[in-house]
Amino acid sequence: MEVGVINNAEGSALVAYGNTVILAAVYGPREVPQKHLELPDKAILRVRYHMTPFSTSEGRKSPTPSRREIEISKVIRTALEPAVILERFPRTAIDVYIEVLQADGSTRVTGITAASLALADAGIPMRDLLVGVSIGKVSGTIVVDLNQLEDQYGEGDMPLAIMYGRGLITLMQADGEWTPLRLAKPLTLPLRLPSRYISSRRIPLRVSTLKPRCH
Amino acid sequence: MLSVTQERGGIIPKLKQDVMRKMIEQGVRIDNRGGLNDYRTLSIRVGVVKTADGSSLVSLGNTKVMAGVKVEIGKPFEDTPDEGALIVNLEIAPTASPDIEPGGPPDENAIEIARVVDRAIRHSGFLDFKSLSIVTGKHAWFLWVDIYVLNHDGNLVDASTIAAVTALMNTALPKVELDPTGNILRIDKGVRSPLALNIDKIPLTITHVKIGNLLLIDPTREEEDLSDGVYITGIAGGNVVAIQKVTGAFTRDEVNSIISNSVNQYVKLRNALMNAMANPQTDLKL
Repeated sequence: MEVGVINNAEGSALVAYGNTVILAAVYGPREVPQKHLELPDKAILRVRYHMTPFSTSEGRKSPTPSRREIEISKVIRTALEPAVILERFPRTAIDVYIEVLQADGSTRVTGITAASLALADAGIPMRDLLVGVSIGKVSGTIVVDLNQLEDQYGEGDMPLAIMYGRGLITLMQADGEWTPLRLAKPLTLPLRLPSRYISSRRIPLRVSTLKPRCH
Repeated sequence: MLSVTQERGGIIPKLKQDVMRKMIEQGVRIDNRGGLNDYRTLSIRVGVVKTADGSSLVSLGNTKVMAGVKVEIGKPFEDTPDEGALIVNLEIAPTASPDIEPGGPPDENAIEIARVVDRAIRHSGFLDFKSLSIVTGKHAWFLWVDIYVLNHDGNLVDASTIAAVTALMNTALPKVELDPTGNILRIDKGVRSPLALNIDKIPLTITHVKIGNLLLIDPTREEEDLSDGVYITGIAGGNVVAIQKVTGAFTRDEVNSIISNSVNQYVKLRNALMNAMANPQTDLKL
């Protein structure tokens, strides 16, 4: 994990989970170009999750957004919203751009970790950092941080994003088949896991994160 | 395409929002139904559209959703040569609400609902994809499920899943005659056989909203607008087959109680669905 990788952006981060490599850049708070979208009491978050055409192991991925990318952009936005103190910047837009540079499974959750770091790097006040992690069921065993093969051939996939300081889940999806009991167990796993994950790495956030921002 | 923060609270006056919150704290819903853990009146009419290969019209309170299935023969995908395909699309028709603009491709909300309904059906074991194969690697049935929201009063996902599932239960495939080399000679639309469906694994979605620290099911549109979070669980048989946190943040305890409540609600909802299917109403009336 590295922050401040794009010097034009207010904040940025490059995050790798194994062979999955994601870039996130944050612009704003800035004026909302489409006036009808701005909100009187808070900033709007505008999020795009996008896969570069060369990021997939199969053929070239068309750069036009697929239905999958549109859905993922939305779930990432609603995963970030509870963590960002949007009320601090009424009538502005905070833009989060996520580019998948290399994909090997778990791209949306890696993207959330990167976006959260980029927002912090931009000095945007947040209630908590977010950590994305995927849980899966492969040959009947619960595994953490799926790669592409485990995602494709496993029996179930559950991406999660967690505000680990507060123990809140802000992204949760699942497919495959899960017995309700099997579901309760993996949920305890990521809630313990990310704090270990983050604190062991000590991400080098800029000092600007700690200062109030003036615009 | 950018996903943009949507205004919460919509056009509900502040005063009404306060009243709704107070009522909910006392376990009362604004539409006077039983309580926080009750569905609105559900009605299902199957086979209402004569031009479709299968159809269903679902009313859940004032929410009205229609699903139509059209079947087509296509070339199976390379990685699944012995399977057919399911394609789920959803559009919120401009008839549904004053704030829906016509034209343009489905927006992120419509795409999200369609993909959640698709996932719930796909991972449930309800539909046998292999039974849709006609000639391995050559011909297979493609099921196009088009869902149209005609009137929007909340909980579009649960209504859409019921509409899609009952439309599939109403779908019958035409008879295909083949020559010895596997080429299609004739498609006889007059002779049909129903889809191979596993009724023990009917997929249904159960939507919860969080208002304050209370959980409600089957939200109206106003309750959705007011809510602090929306969470969808897809259940088939006794298992979870799909999850989508739509908005907000949830604790682990909240997730656990949503899931166990969804498993209980599933049984009730499934019984209502089976009753409706046993007493078919087929006239196209809203």
